[in-house]
Amino acid sequence: MYKIVEARCVGLNIKQFVVEAPRIARKQRPGQFVILRLHERGERIPLTIKAADPAAGTVTIVVQAVGKTTSMLNCLEAGDSILDVVGPLGHPSEIANYGTVAILAGSVGTAMALPTAYALKEAGNHVVFIEGARSAEMVIFEDEVRQASSETYIMTDDGSYGEQGLVTRKLNDMIAAGREIDFVLAVGPVPMMRAVAQLTAPLGIKTMVSLNSIMVDGTGMCGGCRVLLDGKSKFACVDGPEFDASMVDFGVLMQRNAMYRDKECESLKQFNEHKDEQLERLREELAAGEKHYV
Amino acid sequence: MSEKNTLPLKERMKIVRTHMPELDPEIRSRNFEEVNLGLPPADALTEATRCIACAKPGCVMQCPVGVKIKEVVALIYAGDYLAAAAKMREDNALPAITGRVCPQENQCEGGCVLGRKSAPVAIGNLERFIADYERRSGKLGLPAIAPSTGKSVAIVGSGPAGLSCAGDLIQKGHRVRVFEALHELGGVLVYGIPEFRLPKSIVKTEVDNLRRMGVEFETNVVVGKSVTIDELMRIEGYDAVFIATGAGLPQFLGIPGEHFNGVYSANEFLTRTNLMRAYQFPEFDEPIYDCRGRDVIVVGGGNTAMDAVRTARRLGARTATLVYRRSEAEMPARAEEVKHARQEGIEFQMLTAPVEFLGDEKGWLTGARCVRMELAEADASGRRRPIPVAGSEFILPANVVIIGVGTTANPLIQSTTPDLKTNSHNYIAADPETTRTSKRGVFAGGDIVTGSATVILAMGAGRKAAAAIHEYLTSDGRWELETSGL
Ligand SMILES: Cc1cc2nc3c(=O)[nH]c(=O)nc-3n(C[C@H](O)[C@H](O)[C@H](O)COP(=O)(O)OP(=O)(O)OC[C@H]3O[C@@H](n4cnc5c(N)ncnc54)[C@H](O)[C@@H]3O)c2cc1C
Ligand SMILES: Cc1cc2nc3c(=O)[nH]c(=O)nc-3n(C[C@H](O)[C@H](O)[C@H](O)COP(=O)(O)OP(=O)(O)OC[C@H]3O[C@@H](n4cnc5c(N)ncnc54)[C@H](O)[C@@H]3O)c2cc1C
Ligand code: SF4
Ligand code: SF4
Ligand code: FES
Repeated sequence: MYKIVEARCVGLNIKQFVVEAPRIARKQRPGQFVILRLHERGERIPLTIKAADPAAGTVTIVVQAVGKTTSMLNCLEAGDSILDVVGPLGHPSEIANYGTVAILAGSVGTAMALPTAYALKEAGNHVVFIEGARSAEMVIFEDEVRQASSETYIMTDDGSYGEQGLVTRKLNDMIAAGREIDFVLAVGPVPMMRAVAQLTAPLGIKTMVSLNSIMVDGTGMCGGCRVLLDGKSKFACVDGPEFDASMVDFGVLMQRNAMYRDKECESLKQFNEHKDEQLERLREELAAGEKHYV
Repeated sequence: MSEKNTLPLKERMKIVRTHMPELDPEIRSRNFEEVNLGLPPADALTEATRCIACAKPGCVMQCPVGVKIKEVVALIYAGDYLAAAAKMREDNALPAITGRVCPQENQCEGGCVLGRKSAPVAIGNLERFIADYERRSGKLGLPAIAPSTGKSVAIVGSGPAGLSCAGDLIQKGHRVRVFEALHELGGVLVYGIPEFRLPKSIVKTEVDNLRRMGVEFETNVVVGKSVTIDELMRIEGYDAVFIATGAGLPQFLGIPGEHFNGVYSANEFLTRTNLMRAYQFPEFDEPIYDCRGRDVIVVGGGNTAMDAVRTARRLGARTATLVYRRSEAEMPARAEEVKHARQEGIEFQMLTAPVEFLGDEKGWLTGARCVRMELAEADASGRRRPIPVAGSEFILPANVVIIGVGTTANPLIQSTTPDLKTNSHNYIAADPETTRTSKRGVFAGGDIVTGSATVILAMGAGRKAAAAIHEYLTSDGRWELETSGL
């Protein structure tokens, strides 16, 4: 069991957790993720490690509630525990001195991109961080983003904060104004990553995207996370999650991510209808498990 | 006790083989309960009576771990089931499991002399009988544990190889810790082989027994990622490591359309159902594609394919069809599984191979374009090679396709342990006798060395490794590999 030592809301439906996981904390590199499972009947879901503190033995994750598991997780507080956390999984981000790097991140993708942004800045890059959100209350980690970058832009869809427009518009404007961009990283919703790929591919700017395919084991054992790259299957959990954007078939990714939509809706509906019971059961189980999982 | 079978041989040989009682196919193909119900004691006795106690028992020679079948059967005849179980455990650490899943027809029962004239002694059923008896009696005597040697061993992977190695090493007085990547212990026994063939509770009992003997388990550790082999030895202080990570990487066919929604690897399909209990959705959170009223095709002819197709049937598939490129005679699956599958209404399309998967404009699978095959002359491996029949293409409609054509080695450990030698297919190179690898103090066995094999071979490798590790830890620690060519 993995104790939650800190939990706080950082945005609308977005929560940050600091979790005890000493092994993972020791090994984590920017771009890697964990897979967790909340209870005995729970599913396994992947979440990026935003930060790790090897001395304290903790890792930080940021969770946006979208379906049952993330909604349930976001009901947990400091002092609660998570049944299973495994990691760090996936390849770390490739860190090099590219020159000027643009990081485009949307919604919870901002949290996912932060560790890589810090590392790229550390490696000597001029980091331009373009954070996108639907509206002001979805803008997260503004301070950290500013710290992790050399130049920061916040874009909101409705213009309620920062500049109005999409993150790709900002990048497009910069390029049009003659800014040299040597490397791009895009992390966020699939349509956003696809738009970035469409923008940078013709310009020949090396662009990486972090693919969020549906996963089960995260060790290369099931192949459920496979994505299509230049017509070839790759497993996002072990070959990725970051891939060269120009090779990615985003249509297939979206199609595969929709595979369980009906069931996911059913699950979430059930959870929302029986939230208190389910949380009580979860806590009882974890308390009983305390003895079991020594 | 000590009652001897005095029935004349001729009479014994006239007794017909007893029949394993099983759930009605109509009912069982709609649930996940165990198909085989176990022999009643009277039938076990009858079966034991059939054995003619050969001077040179072919059964023992054909069992990969040399279970003393003749003596076990004699103890069953004498009615001393616990002694029979103890005798069994001298060679086989997991009898309740092997009794259920060994391909007996190619092993012990394949070697039984009675098989030449009639049917072999039902050794697998007897093995299961005594193991179940022992478990239910609650009288499993835990073996004695030797005084602590002060040495510690890390075992990577909790499949049959890892578990049996742990069981032997703990008895020798070593500290033993098993690291497992998944959240549950048992390897393929829990994520692959379905409940209706091997109830999870049986694996759990074996794991609990090991726990009671003092074996430590740590789940959620992906060695190679969470910690490396070198770190286990240098930082965490393990004196030896046994790598038993199986051959878990699924192979796809590499034909067009494999990305359509509805195409699964058998590993994913089985993991979702077995490990994650998707068949109990929404009580359990993990979803699986709704097979109810749909057409399901499974590609392959081994145990994995057979498990997947029978699982699909139980998930409510309207049609569940096995597509295999050779003929039934070449199918590597256990004979009993083939029989059970037929009873459950599984359709067999032999000498058939998919060449393309078809889907609709939204990316959902609609069918498989297949081609008929014929068998050419036997090749160097002795197997007849299937070749496509020109102009024989046809379309099989399907909403779900499950690919169960085999698995290969997972490279996570090999790629983070540079001094560990591998062979051309990325399996770990290990001496077959000592299970020693090219890296000092590191041993390997089971599917990660041999490629996908069987539970009993993995178990045998685990026990061999335990003996070799014990010798290494208690001798001068020499690491002679010159002889093994590694
Ligand atoms: C490598 C990786 C890292 C990730 N990091 C983070 C993170 O740091 N923070 C975070 O909040 N989320 C992250 N995700 C996404 C997160 O895993 C999903 O949101 C989560 O699995 C949804 O589970 P659920 O049961 O709550 O919702 P579900 O009911 O399973 O799904 C609800 C909605 O989310 C979509 N969805 C389902 N699974 C995924 C998935 N794996 N990825 C994206 N969308 C999905 C569904 O299509 C559906 O529309 C990451 C995904 C991957 C693959
Ligand atoms: C569906 C299916 C049905 C089968 N049916 C039969 C049958 O009827 N009869 C039979 O004899 N055989 C059968 N087999 C084959 C048999 O199950 C295997 O040969 C056997 O389980 C191999 O044992 P193992 O201990 O080597 O590995 P596995 O059982 O594969 O166990 C390996 C374990 O190591 C873990 N692991 C992997 N990598 C790491 C890592 N880096 N760090 C930590 N842990 C790791 C895995 O999660 C797994 O738990 C079947 C196989 C499958 C897939
Ligand atoms: S271990 Fe397998 S092969 Fe050996 S006797 Fe038992 S069932 Fe037969
Ligand atoms: S070969 Fe058959 S008859 Fe002979 S000892 Fe073995 S089980 Fe008995
Ligand atoms: S999640 Fe199973 S192989 Fe990637």
